[in-house]
Amino acid sequence: MKNWPLWEVFIRSKNGLSHKHVGSLHATDSEMAMENARDVYTRRMEGVSIWVVESKHITASNPEESGELFEPAQDKVYRHPTFYNLPNELKHI
Amino acid sequence: MLHDYIISLGDNALILGQRLGEWCGHGPALETDMAMTNISLDLFGMTRSYFQYAAEVEGKGRTEDDIAFLRNEREYKNVQLVEQPNGNFADTIARQFFFDAWHYLFLQELAKSSDAQLAAIAAKSIKEVKYHLRFSSQWVLRLGDGTEISHEKMQNAVNDLWMFTEELVTSTDLEKEMADKGIGVDVSQLKTAYYEKLESILREATLEIPQKQWMQQGGKSGIHTEYLGHLLAEMQYLQRVHPGATW
Repeated sequence: MKNWPLWEVFIRSKNGLSHKHVGSLHATDSEMAMENARDVYTRRMEGVSIWVVESKHITASNPEESGELFEPAQDKVYRHPTFYNLPNELKHI
Repeated sequence: MLHDYIISLGDNALILGQRLGEWCGHGPALETDMAMTNISLDLFGMTRSYFQYAAEVEGKGRTEDDIAFLRNEREYKNVQLVEQPNGNFADTIARQFFFDAWHYLFLQELAKSSDAQLAAIAAKSIKEVKYHLRFSSQWVLRLGDGTEISHEKMQNAVNDLWMFTEELVTSTDLEKEMADKGIGVDVSQLKTAYYEKLESILREATLEIPQKQWMQQGGKSGIHTEYLGHLLAEMQYLQRVHPGATW
């Protein structure tokens, strides 16, 4: 148990469109990780699709770098597509 | 006659479910703890279905709880395999795999029963059992084809429990009678496929298949190993000490 790698688990619910992160678990390989995720994270019908990724393969942004990564986008309203008037005939954009 | 048969089907699930429940909070890791207790709950679900139906067929006013908790040792007709103690994780996995491999084949046949209720129970249960078999097979492979220690423990577990396998595929008179009526399954017909499955997984797990040996029988006639009494003492404690308790 000491050297079982850590895996992150993502589940898509029945009515969902994207997989959401629900937690993590330990397993020796991807098949076991899948089965453990099914046993631990889908007991209450939380989802119909599971993705497991070894934690080491996820690169996360560093909170200390939030300043340069995210603040510049805050006051650039021209990047949002809000000034275009959609004709009424277009229903499914 | 029919209700006796149904109860015997439920007994395997009941006793094995009880054994797996003993792992709750004691599993080697959180994930396996949950996996085993999930399997236990699945088995209890099947037990309830069988016992509710048996009580109805019997028509004597017994409830599923009466059938589950108020019988004496020799009235339980589970196979001796399922009452064997949990031991270490390898022992539990070996017991589980030996049972699951049979259970899957059995339910495939029971789903063809002329009794609609039994066929329905089988159709629902087989999806759960397919997963149980996947879980236990995968662990046999990982423990067998694992480290030296895991291999040794898994081999010991296989050797110790091998003598309990044949009972699963030995038909009693009751089973033959039920099979003749199209209601039940003649489990002796499953023998070849059963041992083929066991041997293919054991081989892949680099484990030795035990030599031909004397096989233990008796559970289906109510003759049990010394373990069942202790298991029932624990399982029935509440119902015996507080008869008719509800909450």
